[in-house]
Order: sequence, then structure tokens, then C-alpha cells
Amino acid sequence: MIRAHDLGGRPAGPVPEKDDSEVFHTDWHAKALALNLACGALGAWNIDASRFAREQLKDYPSLTYYEKWMAGLTNLLVERGLVTEAELTGPVAIAALAPNAIRAADVAAAMRKAVPYSREAGPEPLFQIGDIVRTIPTPRSGHCRLPAYAAGREGRIILSHGNHVFPNTNARFEGENPQPLYTVEFTAASLWGEDAESADDAISLDLWQTSLEPK
Amino acid sequence: MPHDHHEPHSLLPSDPELRARALETILVQKGLVDPAALNALIDTYQNDIGPQNGARVVARAWADPAFKARLFSDATAAIAELGFMGRQGEHMVAVENTEDVHNLVVCTLCSCYPWPVLGIPPAWYKSDEYRSRAVKEPRAVLAEFGVDLLKRQKVKVWDSSAEIRYLVVPMRPKNSEGLSEGALAELVSRNAMIGTALARAV
Repeated sequence: MIRAHDLGGRPAGPVPEKDDSEVFHTDWHAKALALNLACGALGAWNIDASRFAREQLKDYPSLTYYEKWMAGLTNLLVERGLVTEAELTGPVAIAALAPNAIRAADVAAAMRKAVPYSREAGPEPLFQIGDIVRTIPTPRSGHCRLPAYAAGREGRIILSHGNHVFPNTNARFEGENPQPLYTVEFTAASLWGEDAESADDAISLDLWQTSLEPK
Repeated sequence: MPHDHHEPHSLLPSDPELRARALETILVQKGLVDPAALNALIDTYQNDIGPQNGARVVARAWADPAFKARLFSDATAAIAELGFMGRQGEHMVAVENTEDVHNLVVCTLCSCYPWPVLGIPPAWYKSDEYRSRAVKEPRAVLAEFGVDLLKRQKVKVWDSSAEIRYLVVPMRPKNSEGLSEGALAELVSRNAMIGTALARAV
């Protein structure tokens, strides 16, 4: 299965805009970001759901970055019942500012507030730093954070992060189901074989325990 | 004909500028979004939260060996000592460039990025080209950015596939011994903290 957003390892041309120094290139880029952050603060979804909404967009490959953000946001607003389809095209009844809408005075503090994804609860770690593991043969369906290029490959655990919220279920509002998260390092040769630029270079990924099997 | 299941966003104008305006109007009228809060959010990332923060972290690490040790043992806590914390910086890891290793950060699945220290990611970081190539041909990408690697340097690429966020600490330039922390920070570009540049020479 080809996942539109799963780009790692695909052939592509030169990297554009290498000296980009503008935070926002146009007003609507800034607005698209701010709308996402303000709506996110309403608490009707989580970060995994917002990423999942973007990667499921049918026209993902043809949309620019902030177009994806606006399209994903719109779909989520409707899916979560905050806006109806009729309101997207028709008149909207004017309402007072909702009590849970973020206020200007609260923005600085809200953006500086850490919302950790680590959790105390969760299964015991099956692996330790230094262990050799193999990733599952293909990414799972849904919001799976194992890139296709690293599926079915052997790597070594180099960091252990404790339990973290599991995106696959969280993205579908099926619960956080925290499980151990590790940083797994792969050699370039193990990922790309003969195509590796330099066999001993390393590529690491942050992977949840259920994407890993003992060697 | 297969059942046409349209996505809600297709009901909005397709021109992105008109789309942003339409969405804002709907959300403000419904009372879900405060226009003043939108301006505050834009101002926060335009002016307050950006790579100047990360540069201060790197300068402190260069200048203060005890801070550097804390940065590499618990980056989130060490960075918070300078007052930088929050959204998309909850689980920081600092990685050090040395004469043996050059680090490069990417997010191939979306564009995850350490906002409290680097702000909003640049266009190139979010491009399909960078996301596609950084893991398979990092040396070619680095050459495109004008980074000359030392012969003995191994390249380590960090693909941010969870909520761990990476900050590259570039090598301290030669002849920077006498510089103040503020002057050191001036040598640290955003790209240097992602890995697509070196610290500026003195």
C-alpha cells in the first residue's frame, strides 16, 4: 500500500528555498497556522488526529503545506461536529465567543505550556538499549508512524523513552494506549543496501514497541 | 459510478487565500475563534518563539560545560532553564556534531520540528524534496546546502517519527574562545541547528 505522506526514500529533485528566512510567506499561511492552533485549543481532537486528518486527504500530493493544514482542519471541524457542512457554504448564525475558545491574553502561556506525551502507565518494556530488533514487515493501517522505508529492517535500540501515547489509537479517538517508545538506529546499508551513500551512516527513528520484534 | 464521498473541505473555496478568509469568518461568527487570539498566535511565532531561542541554548552549551552536560543528559530540562518550553518541545533530545559525527534532522511523515527552540519550520524543511531525500541521500542533500563534511565524519539522520524533538548542537567555530554568549549565539543559524549548515566561522 502506497501512503501519500510516507515520503522517505522516494526520488525527488533539489531541495527548494534553502535560505528561507521568512516565518510566514503570506498572510494566509500565518492565518492557516493560527486557525489550526486556535481550533486545536478547543480540545475536540488531539495532535495525532490532526496529523491523521492531513495524511488522509485524497488530494494530499497536490496540496501545499498550509493547504493541507486548512483542509485537514476543515474535515476535522465537521467530523467532530463543531461546524456543519451547510455552514461551510451557507450563512452562519452569529454566536458569542465560546467559553473554551482561546483568548489573546492566554496565547503566550498556552504555547509555552508543555503537554507531555509520556505516561506512567503502560506495558513493561520488552527491549533494552543495545538490543537488536526487527521492525514489522509493513506499516499498520491507520495512523502508523513506522515509515515504509524502515519496515522489515533490523536496527539497534539506542534510546528508551518510557511509555508514550500510541498514535494509531489516539488518532481515531480510541484511547491513548501508551506503550514503550524507543529510538532505533539503522545503518544506511541495512535500509538501502547497495544504494546507500555510505554503508556506515546511520538513520534513526522513534518507534513504539508494537512495531518491533526481537531479532 | 462509484459512490462519491466528498471531503468537507471541498465545499470551501479552493483558492487558499479565499479559503483561509472563509474559514476564519465561519469560525469567528460561530464564536469558536477570537480574531485577537489569531493575531496573538501569529505574533508569538513571528516575534517571540524562533531560532534565536535555540541559538541561545547552543551558545550556553559552548560556554558552560556543566550546562552542556545537562543538555545531553536531559535536554528538555536544560532548555527549560533558559525559559524555552512548550508545544512541540515536550521531549527534547540534543545531538552533538563532532569531528566524527554530523547530525541531520528530518520528519519524513509530516514536518515535526522543535518549535520552542526553532519556531515554525522553514519551507525547505517541509518540502517533499527534503522529506524524501534526507534519509536516503543525506550527503547529497548536505552538499546541496553547501556543507562540507570531514572525511572521517559519519552522518546520523534523525527521522522524527514520534514526539521526540531533536536539536543539533553544531561544532564550536575555531577562534571563538573570547566571545560572549551573546556573540556566540550570533554564530548559530537555524539551519545549523537542523544540520544543514555549520556554525558561522569567526
